[in-house]
Amino acid sequence: MSDHDYRPKSKVGQWFNDRLPLLTLANHLTDYPTPKNLNYWWTFGGILTFCLITQIITGLTLAMHYIAHADMAFESVEHIMRDVNYGWLIRYIHANGASMFFLAVYIHIFRSLFYGSYKAPREIIWIIGIIIYLLMMAAAFMGYVLPWGQMSFWGATVITNLFSAIPLVGEGIVTWLWGGYSVDNPTLTRFFTLHYLIPFLILGLVVLHIWALHVPGNNNPIGIDIKKPSKDTVPFHPYIVIKDGFALLMFMIVFAFFVFYAPNILGHADNYIEANPMVTPAHIVPEWYLLPFYAILRSVPDKLLGVVAMLSAILILAVLPWLDTSKIRSAVFRPLYKQFYWILVADVLILGYMGAMPAEGLYLLIARVATAYYFLHFLVILPVLGFKEKTLPIPLSITEPVLGGSPNLAAARIKESKIE
Amino acid sequence: MKNLYKLFSILIIIIVPNSYSFAAEKVEYLKTDWSFKGLFGKFDRASLQRGYQVYTEVCASCHSMKYLSYRNLAEKGGPEFSEAQVKAIAASFEVTDGPNSDGEMFTRPGKLSDKFVMPYENVKAAQAANGGAYPPDMSVLVKARGGGVDYIYSLLQGYEEAPSNVSLDDGVYYNKYMYGNKIRMSAPLSEGLVEYGDGTSATVEQMSKDVTTFLMWSAEPHLEARHQMGFKAIVYLIILTTLVYFSMKKIWSRVKSEI
Repeated sequence: MSDHDYRPKSKVGQWFNDRLPLLTLANHLTDYPTPKNLNYWWTFGGILTFCLITQIITGLTLAMHYIAHADMAFESVEHIMRDVNYGWLIRYIHANGASMFFLAVYIHIFRSLFYGSYKAPREIIWIIGIIIYLLMMAAAFMGYVLPWGQMSFWGATVITNLFSAIPLVGEGIVTWLWGGYSVDNPTLTRFFTLHYLIPFLILGLVVLHIWALHVPGNNNPIGIDIKKPSKDTVPFHPYIVIKDGFALLMFMIVFAFFVFYAPNILGHADNYIEANPMVTPAHIVPEWYLLPFYAILRSVPDKLLGVVAMLSAILILAVLPWLDTSKIRSAVFRPLYKQFYWILVADVLILGYMGAMPAEGLYLLIARVATAYYFLHFLVILPVLGFKEKTLPIPLSITEPVLGGSPNLAAARIKESKIE
Repeated sequence: MKNLYKLFSILIIIIVPNSYSFAAEKVEYLKTDWSFKGLFGKFDRASLQRGYQVYTEVCASCHSMKYLSYRNLAEKGGPEFSEAQVKAIAASFEVTDGPNSDGEMFTRPGKLSDKFVMPYENVKAAQAANGGAYPPDMSVLVKARGGGVDYIYSLLQGYEEAPSNVSLDDGVYYNKYMYGNKIRMSAPLSEGLVEYGDGTSATVEQMSKDVTTFLMWSAEPHLEARHQMGFKAIVYLIILTTLVYFSMKKIWSRVKSEI
């Protein structure tokens, strides 16, 4: 919080602000000094806020018409699709909105990985982000159960069954989660309740995420600490607002394409068959955004260890600030890390693809190698790289490479030293 | 702008391999020119009406369509029968209603607001009448099958003599598009099975196309509205994006920086 000496111009404003400094907050948000070299990868924070709000609004509307009962859920969804005014639109926005949300969050996370945004002093922002991501997965999983189609039912069965891998108490926990001896009406109603609750928890955490961000300020593509406010920063409004707005609109075009022209392409056809406990689908596949973790789960032959591996794959991210030993944040100045970064991106995409394939033969083998590499990246490559890597010289300020007139930093530096 | 290209290529890389429309054994489905595909796709009204005829005269003897009401047949974007026609259609079905003031159930002719009458009382009755196989409800059938309309269209024309290495039980038929090739439904369509009022010749291919179009509508009754709104929404977004882009350029021209 940089600017506490703000005073509203009007008397009424001052009176109000002395009692509740909302205007100070608004002033802080508009004046918030932001690095001027942020690229479009930085616009996904705003896009994610949009996604969350969209999901909450469409979700509230759906909840007015949805019936959380095993005998009526599927029918009530069809009622929404057919008879509720623009129900089809609201439901397709909500269903595709989940995919868009994850698309944006993955870009957001991988941006952080590339530019080292998780490193000191931003560890808390990062850890809150990982908690948000975990809650998103929980919300998305439970949301997918609500239409009570075949994939809802069997997805819920498979995922909740994972808890039975816990020694001794596992079976008891599963029964407790289900509220019975199989996935049934009690499971549906509690999933609905939690699906309704989690977005608001996420909203609260998003506030903390942004608050924590506003303490050190944004990281930036060259990953150096900058003076704020200075020549290197611009006020959030209007510069970042309009840029985020532009990126958001681009994102909305993609979003609209899915909603209006391919609303079911990201879902699974089996979910348009009403849940039937007597018939198991040929392939039980989670939604695309969970596939990499599903691949990790299946690549471990032991059930308990598989669950442990899957959870560790996510939780390992929380300790990333301490696993990455490099002092340099941005991959721009880390030639080796940059290459390993792209290998990791490819590795996660491969895992995602393998998660969609049957766990057998070559698919399983590739999934196993990719799983091993995933952990290798975080547990071995990153810690070692910090000590071994020869990093490039970093500029002193954002303005330097820009004013140097050349994207080549070395050239810019030579020029500068000559001037001196 | 260079970054935007990067961004979009990444989007495509992420989305393409994940639209997993793979099947264990891939068969090439029969293709036809569906009028409802594409940005401006609309249903062929005459085909929908013929499709309803095929559904009601052939499919409906075993397959229910429980999420549709008779009124839907007159609604915009559907077969668009006239209201009088639909009233007549509805009235041709007996609907169980009640209880009346004496506590008795009674039957009456169907009304616009009634749901499509089901061929069987319940799933068990349907199974009992069909050798243990349940004829699936057809309301959202097209969306419930991986290949969608192409799959249904092909399946209806996919009946063949079983190859010599495949043995079939009684009441099981060979269909080259069916998952596992074995199907409990005998070939439902045959040349001239229905008599089209508009003089279209009722070939198996024609009937398959018509009834599949009808099933697409029953699964997505608001498809036309969706396509129309989608086009408007995207054009609007593109115009707005362009305006915002130039505003952004203007605002950022005050700062020495690349955006």
